[in-house]
Amino acid sequence: MAMRSSLGRVRGLGSAKEGVGHWWMQRLTAVALIPLGLWFAASVIAHAGADHAAATAWLATPCTAIAMILLAVATFYHAALGLQVVIEDYVGGEWLRLALIAAVKLACVALAVAAVFAVLKIAL
Amino acid sequence: MATDRAAGSSRPLSPHLQIYRPQLTSVLSILHRGTGVALAVGTLLLVWWLVAAATGPAAYATAQGFIGSWLGLLLLLGWTFALFFHLCNGIRHLFWDAGYGFELKTVYASGWAVVATAGGLTVLAWIVGLVMRGS
Repeated sequence: MAMRSSLGRVRGLGSAKEGVGHWWMQRLTAVALIPLGLWFAASVIAHAGADHAAATAWLATPCTAIAMILLAVATFYHAALGLQVVIEDYVGGEWLRLALIAAVKLACVALAVAAVFAVLKIAL
Repeated sequence: MATDRAAGSSRPLSPHLQIYRPQLTSVLSILHRGTGVALAVGTLLLVWWLVAAATGPAAYATAQGFIGSWLGLLLLLGWTFALFFHLCNGIRHLFWDAGYGFELKTVYASGWAVVATAGGLTVLAWIVGLVMRGS
């Protein structure tokens, strides 16, 4: 017997049998971001001050493009989950909280798409 | 529930945060959140840089101009530390998730190790970066 309202179920409040999904994806993306983050830091150092020709030539190599796309997807997935928890913890008003979480998720999707498209445009 | 928040509630409150003396554990915990939020903001610069590179030399020069400015370099320094701190402390969190390192001595040792590693990597990254840029 369902003990929750339909709205509560739709918004993922209470047990919807997927409560561990958020926690698990946060950890999975975190593990992925260990090598990707180290690669990114080393790459930024190696290409500090590179001009347009050098930067695009580097981004166009398959390994770089693949790593950069993986980094963007993992980063924005991880950021969306993390920012959601921060908003849930500190923002009191229910509608403001809902609006902020929605805005953060949409922004993360938009930024991820922008990053992936930019890399593909350079690489392909 | 919601009515408990009303002004007239006589329920006891737990002490507010400023009552407590800052400890390494609590400071690193909030720093993990702070650096996480800062890095999320920093992704805006990365996306700007990528889109600028895809747009063309003029847009790329504008982005590089901002990154090379005093404000850009200052932000980059902050994000360098934020990245290494969040990375190192995130690994510390993953060990906790796996059930290891909960003894108080270990918690403090790993905490100081995170601070030292993140600080060391930040200094190293900037030394190498500035040398590479100069050469």
